[in-house]
Parts: sequence; structure tokens; C-alpha cells
Amino acid sequence: MSLHRITLTVNGTLEQVDVPSQMTLLQLLRDKLTLTGTKNGCNAGECGACTVLLNGEPVNSCLVLAVECMDSEVTTIEGLAKDGQLDIVQQTIIDTGAVQCGFCTPGMLMMTRALLNRNPHPTELEIRDTLSGNLCRCTGYARIIQAVQKAAVDEAVVPA
Amino acid sequence: MINPHPGLPEFDYVKPASLAEACQFLAQHAGEARPFSGGTDTFVRMRDGHWKEKYLVDVKGLDGTTLLDFDPINGLTIGAAVNMNRVATHPDIQRVYPALAEAAHSVASYQLRSRATIIGNICNSSPAGDTMGACLVYQGVLDVCGTAGARQEPLEGFFKGPGRNTLKPGDIVTAVHLPIPPKNHVGHYYKVNRNLVGDLAIVGVTAVGFRDSSVPSGYRFRLVLASVAPVPLTLVKAQAILADKPVSEETISQAAQVAMDECTPIDDVRGTARYRKYMVRNITRQAITDVWNAIKK
Repeated sequence: MSLHRITLTVNGTLEQVDVPSQMTLLQLLRDKLTLTGTKNGCNAGECGACTVLLNGEPVNSCLVLAVECMDSEVTTIEGLAKDGQLDIVQQTIIDTGAVQCGFCTPGMLMMTRALLNRNPHPTELEIRDTLSGNLCRCTGYARIIQAVQKAAVDEAVVPA
Repeated sequence: MINPHPGLPEFDYVKPASLAEACQFLAQHAGEARPFSGGTDTFVRMRDGHWKEKYLVDVKGLDGTTLLDFDPINGLTIGAAVNMNRVATHPDIQRVYPALAEAAHSVASYQLRSRATIIGNICNSSPAGDTMGACLVYQGVLDVCGTAGARQEPLEGFFKGPGRNTLKPGDIVTAVHLPIPPKNHVGHYYKVNRNLVGDLAIVGVTAVGFRDSSVPSGYRFRLVLASVAPVPLTLVKAQAILADKPVSEETISQAAQVAMDECTPIDDVRGTARYRKYMVRNITRQAITDVWNAIKK
């Protein structure tokens, strides 16, 4: 088993870590960097609980090798708030009451952040389509959709 | 106690500096090394113990494989590292190769499509692959890099069975080329799955149609089915019926019935063979009707 020394930026901080070939980005975040906000749901790219931004694009971190992230920029749920100020998508998901058990919430938020970055004014269909890879076992989808719609409106007023 | 989240088994990650180096490594380690790009199938297969390779060779981004290029004369080139979101949202692909854009968009979720690639879908050669049908109806040709050098290989005849194709150890597909389709063609991808988005296909139908004065009916159709045969199934007999007889509701029904007779689905967790057979007939009829209604205007 070979170890690989990689450097990557996680939530703005440069990290240098030794990782075995088979370590996933999810394992690196949770087990090595103790960033446990990113959740392990299905471990097969189906539930979206482990969604993080890799170079700005949302990915299932359970299906990315840590070693592939050499020189990459990773943003997790812990990196969403800036200077103690919640991101608009975090604030609206609280305001809308769109959190039940909360297990899917970090993935939902990262996906929402990515959506609003590329499409500031999504339709409801576009929101549903984008979040189709994020499963909520509490089935609180209606409020989650409302939260994203509200985030888009709020962000249009106060750009991030 | 069963671990609900088994990690990946041990293997060595290899990142070659060039395609030539990658081909050489894969050829030297035939049977114990596998190339990967997005890894969306590879990692799941390895985690579940179906694949036990000693080496995974990362071929992402080698020697221009990130290229996605559309040329109005020469057509479309999709590099091996181009992810499905780029394909699904590319304006020229949506306009000129609509069935491919629709098929790519139908794959799993946005975050999975950030990693999944068209070439990966082709090389994985799962009969349920969504985008292979579109690459077939648009008459795709693969660029393959092997230890003996580069070659081109048409997609027609490439698939040999579930997970099997004509590639040899040391071969790496670097791109797929799709020529410009016939003018004013119409193309769609229809998918039957267990829920509206994100699922694997129970049945997939890729349909392209266009006017062609060289055949008796004046219309030519290209039809490929997913998930109902060991390989993506080109409906040769149904296509011939639609080319030879005047296209009508009756001819379309006949072609759909022939499609149902031609396919050889199996029972699996997503659906029974019997259900798939009926869905092939119904969805093929729908697909041909929609395409015909659009092209006959």
C-alpha cells in the first residue's frame, strides 16, 4: 500500500497530508481533518449527504479519492460561513424550518450554494432537478425547496 | 457486525505523466490494472468486491482529454475527461445533438455528473448506460490510444456484452467523435425508471429521425435501446420497416412490435423481463411518433 503526500486547500486553509491510495475525500475530511459536518450516507454516490465543492463544483466526496485532490480547492459545510456570518443559504434553511434530523442538510446546503453560484435565479423545476441527488429521509423536501427559493430572493437583494 | 460503510479495498493509485506511459503500464499489468476517470462506477464496483484490481490508473486530463470541441463541419469531439454536466449543458450539443444532451442529463445527479464521463459510460459498457445509444445513433467513432499507437474505432461493433468491448489491455479511449447529423434531424432520449430523475434505466430508447429521399418512405430513423439486451441494441429491423414502408400510425406500431420482439431483457431488481418487453413496445412507439411528428412538419 502506497502513501501519497498531497497538498490541498480546504476551506481556505492549506493542508498537507499523507493519504493511502484508497482513502476517499470523504474519509480525509472526516477522519484526518475532523471536518465531520460532511456526512457519510450511502457511500455510493446516491444520497448526496457527502456533497462538497471540489474546485467550485459539487461532487460526492465518497466517490473521489483523496489523492486525486492534489492542488485542489475543497469547500465543506464548515467553510460556508464567513467571519462568523452564516451564508444566506444557511440562514434561509433555518428561517424556513427546513431542517428536521439535519443529516442531509450539509449536502443540501453545498448543493444549493453551487446552484446559486451558477444560476442566481433558478426556477422551482431547476431547484428540484439540482437537488434530486440529495435524499432527505425525513422527507422535508417542500420546505427545503422553499428555503432555496428564499435564498435566491434574499441573495438578489444582498449579493453574497 | 456488518460494516454498513465498508471503505475501498487496498490498491495502488497510479498517475502517469502521459498517455504513452499509461498505456504501457496498463499493458504490463494486464488483469491487475484498470484505467479510471471519474471513478463513479469503478469505486462502487471495487467497494462491493466485484473488481479487485491491484492498480487504478488515473487517466484524467492526460494529453488533451479535457477537450470538448464543436466544429460545424467536422462535428463534435468529446475528450475522455469531459464530464457529463459539460456535455448536458453545452449549447451546441443541446442544439445539434439533442438526444445526447438529454441522455447525459438523465444520468444520476448533478454532483455525480460532475465526475461521470461519456467515455467512462462507453468503456464501462453496461447495457443500462444512458449515453451509449446517443453516441451510436450519432455514429460515434472512438479515438483509442494503445501500445501500438493511436487508432480509430467505430462504436458500431464496439460493445460485446455486459462490461465487455473490443478494448485490449493497454488501450485507453481518449475521445469520441460525432459527425454532424443530417440536417433538421430530431432526436430524443426516453427513459423508464423507478422514479422521475436519477435512477438507472429500466428501459432506455434513443431515437433520431430525419428526411431521406433515398429510401422509399422518405424518412430514416435510428433507434437504439438500453437495458434490454447484453449490449446497446440497434433496432435494425424496425429501422428497415420505417425506411421501406410509408410512415403511418400502423407502420410505427409494427416497428414498435418488432422492437419488442428483437430485445432480450432479463429480470433484475429494477424490473422484470416481461415489463421491459412491454415498455420497449410502448416507449419505442411513443419515441418514433414524437420524432416523426416533428420531422414531417
